[in-house]
Amino acid sequence: MQEIQPASCPSAGVGFAQTLAQHGLRLEREQTHTLQINTGLLCNQACRHCHLEAGPSRKEIMNRETMDQVADYAARGGFQTADVTGGAPEMVPGIDHLLTRLAAAVPRVMLRSNLTAITDSDREHLGLLCRDLKIVLVCSLPATHASQTDAQRGSGVMDCSVSALQWLNSLGYGQPGTGLELNLVSNPAGAFMPPDQGRTEERFRRDLQRKWGIVFNSLYTFANVPLGRFRTWLEASGNYEQYMARLTEAFNPEAVTGLMCRNLVSVDWNGELHDCDFHLAKGIPLGGIRHHVTKMDCPPIPGATIATAEHCYACTAGAGFT
Amino acid sequence: MTSYYDSKDLPRFSEIGKDAPELAKKFFEYYGAVMAEGELTAREKSLIALAVAHAVQCPYCIDAYAKECLEQGSNTAEMTEAVHVAAAIRGGASLVHGLQMRNVVDKLSL
Repeated sequence: MQEIQPASCPSAGVGFAQTLAQHGLRLEREQTHTLQINTGLLCNQACRHCHLEAGPSRKEIMNRETMDQVADYAARGGFQTADVTGGAPEMVPGIDHLLTRLAAAVPRVMLRSNLTAITDSDREHLGLLCRDLKIVLVCSLPATHASQTDAQRGSGVMDCSVSALQWLNSLGYGQPGTGLELNLVSNPAGAFMPPDQGRTEERFRRDLQRKWGIVFNSLYTFANVPLGRFRTWLEASGNYEQYMARLTEAFNPEAVTGLMCRNLVSVDWNGELHDCDFHLAKGIPLGGIRHHVTKMDCPPIPGATIATAEHCYACTAGAGFT
Repeated sequence: MTSYYDSKDLPRFSEIGKDAPELAKKFFEYYGAVMAEGELTAREKSLIALAVAHAVQCPYCIDAYAKECLEQGSNTAEMTEAVHVAAAIRGGASLVHGLQMRNVVDKLSL
């Protein structure tokens, strides 16, 4: 697979594939146990870091036929986890159907929520459905302070997110002994690297409990990927070169072994497969070759090629993107 | 003269070791040890460094530690409070010397 080079990336210097080779590393699949399902780009938010440029005006969403095809693949592929993402999956018509089918097909279903779509008045039933199906919720919350959260995700999002988390806690999510997992994801609110995950989790736990009585299970910190709206902002703000240099300097060979693309395959709203959601955003197909979910008998086999590109540096910087 | 301070000089800090490598080595070892995790966390030390950077008015240090504070997970409210701490100490330090002024005035006055 030939690496896709961005048109203007002077500071990226050495290409990602070359960097791997310099460290004697090969990026290839291990056992693929997770099926990530991108239900589309429709979203009630237009976050400034969104690599997919999702938003309220986007029309790309998964239809019911594709949902069934994806759920069938999840079952016949023997996947352990289905990871449902978007956009805001909550806004996609038929999402209840997809979640219900997936819950019957795989042991663990995750739903990525931006915490505002799930609590819209006509979608509260989704939270109850998730609770009944014991779906793991993975929710975006960049910071425990409104200035950074609202800067990244839109004005008023912090207040709305706090209300949503309190409501999910009241359903049992994040509470000990319920088996209802509530995990948070924090991306930096700008062109800088994420803080240490363990310490940030401690701070979030302390701050959210102290300020609003909110509890959760785990927090994950991830670097922003220089694609889509975030890349546009990086370029417009004059941060692109410096950010790419920061990512490439922070390349951590040890992070390569834990990369999600070794164990995950990502399917888009049309049923096409990709190595990850970032390749999906760039239109790079699975291993560089187009595959539709209906033509797949099983997950990609161990040893299969994984496509690489410049944005892969975001997943290998520091502790990595697992 | 365009600008006395140039952000491109910051990554060149280690060049200060030219012509005096042993002294630079000792300084950077000390600097590294001071900023490493200790009784204070790296995040707390970054906030202190940011406040001191404002007190000594070093643009390089403000640039470096504003970024470092963000990467250590501090938010802008915390960083702004740190700058206020620097301002309060600087302002207080001036004011408390007002007592020297009063002492002199008292001594000279009837």
